Amino acid sequence: MDVMPKWAEVTLVPLISLLLAAILSALVILAIGEDPVAAVKLMVSGALGSTYGWGYTLYYATNFMFTGLAVAVAIHAGLFNIGGEGQAMLGGLGVALVCLFIPWPHWTIAVLAAVVGSALFGALWAAIPAYLQAKRGSHIVITTIMFNFIAAAVLNYTLVNVLRPAGSMDPATERFPEAVHLPSLHELLAPFGIAFSKAAPANVSLVIAVIACVLVWLLIWRTPLGLEIRSYGKSQRAARYAGIGAVRITMIAMLISGGLAGMMAINNVMGEAERLVLNAVEGAGFIGIAVALMGRSHPVGVFLAAILFGFLYQGGAELALWTSIPRELIVVIQALVILFTGALDNMVRMPLERIFLALRASRSPKSTAAE
Amino acid sequence: MGFFALFDLSVLDTTVRLATPLLLACLAGLFSERGGIFDIGLEGKMLAAAFFSAALAAMTGSVWIGLLAGVAASLVLSAVHGLASITFRGNQLISGVAINFLAAGLTVLIAQSWFQQGGRTPSLIGGGRFEPITLPFAEALSNVPVFGPIYAELISGHSILVYVALLCVPGTWYILFRTRFGLRLRAVGENPAAVDTAGVSVVTLRFAAVGICGILCGIAGAYLATGLQAGFVKDMTAGRGFIALAALIFAKWRPWHALWATLLFGYLQAIALRPDIIEGALGFKVQVQLLDAMPYILTVVILAGFVGKAIPPRAGGEPYVKER
Repeated sequence: MDVMPKWAEVTLVPLISLLLAAILSALVILAIGEDPVAAVKLMVSGALGSTYGWGYTLYYATNFMFTGLAVAVAIHAGLFNIGGEGQAMLGGLGVALVCLFIPWPHWTIAVLAAVVGSALFGALWAAIPAYLQAKRGSHIVITTIMFNFIAAAVLNYTLVNVLRPAGSMDPATERFPEAVHLPSLHELLAPFGIAFSKAAPANVSLVIAVIACVLVWLLIWRTPLGLEIRSYGKSQRAARYAGIGAVRITMIAMLISGGLAGMMAINNVMGEAERLVLNAVEGAGFIGIAVALMGRSHPVGVFLAAILFGFLYQGGAELALWTSIPRELIVVIQALVILFTGALDNMVRMPLERIFLALRASRSPKSTAAE
Repeated sequence: MGFFALFDLSVLDTTVRLATPLLLACLAGLFSERGGIFDIGLEGKMLAAAFFSAALAAMTGSVWIGLLAGVAASLVLSAVHGLASITFRGNQLISGVAINFLAAGLTVLIAQSWFQQGGRTPSLIGGGRFEPITLPFAEALSNVPVFGPIYAELISGHSILVYVALLCVPGTWYILFRTRFGLRLRAVGENPAAVDTAGVSVVTLRFAAVGICGILCGIAGAYLATGLQAGFVKDMTAGRGFIALAALIFAKWRPWHALWATLLFGYLQAIALRPDIIEGALGFKVQVQLLDAMPYILTVVILAGFVGKAIPPRAGGEPYVKER
């Protein structure tokens, strides 16, 4: 029997971890001579105080939903995919090829093709580490780290030597044609009479990200494959005994994971930049780790954590703009969240479990037996 | 320029200098992983050490105080890693990721707060840097054919930390394979239960391993900011911690092999700086991106087990739960 009730497991543990991270971040802000309360106010007004702020918050959140789901699916299979960054870079390449070389009549068809292209490239980039883990026993964490660096080199090479338009010094592709322009939230909401900032980059990809959350939930908890993935993640030996193939599950889980990370590119490459640049991913692949840990690898948790990190990202940008607190504050907060929700999980959990045990012991033994 | 330009003395000299931080970080990882604690936070520890060594050296004008500060900063992060992965039996990989981000963010944050120079420290001058040391007789012997220039240019004229790093190789070998502590350290990475049964504390040994790792990463970071370059700039480790990790796997967790692996990777970095030499020697252009990615590609090939199998310490990554 679990020591902690389910509600405490899914709410208390992440919230306390978040609180600890927030306290430490406040101390950091104090230490560099700024006012944490004023900083939070500025972040809230900057990220949530206008539709412009919301537009950026949701834009970042869309990225983090994809990368967070990617990490979460892998975690369910007991795999730690650190390679989201590289997979998202390759996803960008997939989107760029789809958008640049095929004349699409309308964005609705183009976006479907872009989803396929980005997912395919992302999955391909995850497939090699997955194969090496499944067949050759190479540690997936190390290989995915290495593949992040190799992806950066591949992208650099392709942009500088292949996709860069003649005469341009900038290592980037040319602008995508007007036909593949994705409607922003401004354009989507205008027919309903809702005014939304024109300048904000949030776009239709947000809808796709939410659909992805639902589909991942269905996959993990409502399909036989999801059951196999979860069984394999919980106990590889038990799964093998139940006839679940290790190679098959490792490959499938990592392909889905890589595909999700790659799909981030429809938001940042196709939706926002409308061309592929060198530093398109901007660390979103790594934030996926924090998002998945914070969201306990559940799509609902990932959705909420992604919005939280979207808020932090946009709020942090506002801070950097108006105060002397650099953007890197967000990296610190992200690190603290990963530390507390991931690595120091037991530090939060152990005292909580002790409290719940004490509570249970203080109740009458009869009710305990009835549970 | 012929083929031998690839092994020009200036390239080899750069190789030694670029290999030094890799070697120190690689040996750091070697201690940690031999003790059963995976450490992907080498990068973060080096970065923190680089910043604090440069910052303190800039403020005090003494590079030695800088070195101490760098080592201290790295040790603090090691303590966090130890706390997470030994005391609270958390996931060592996640802890390493967190430490990397913590260092990447905090260094810029503090640098901005202390120096207001966009996340860098002031340039170090004079006593704030490790100066090259001319070994005895380097001048006198430089006219001796073959050996003279090699001695004067390649062996002499590095900062003291380069020689420290090189001495760390036999030192590590001796500690690991010729002392009681080393035997226990290796045992705790292979089979902690056996060490525990023998009445030796697993926790103490693992903290010692993580601590040594912190010291070596600290020296590596200090060398980056005060020896190789004159000051700290944002993200100056530039993936070196991961290249060191790659070298560690390449070396299959052995000290002497770590030296060769880091020299190889240092050479790749050095030659990447001289595309003219490569083209002159090989007659065709090698993409610089390929050279950049080479350490990672080689590591994946090694990991895949196509060129000899890299088998990590058996208990690596597993928190030890005492039998009750």
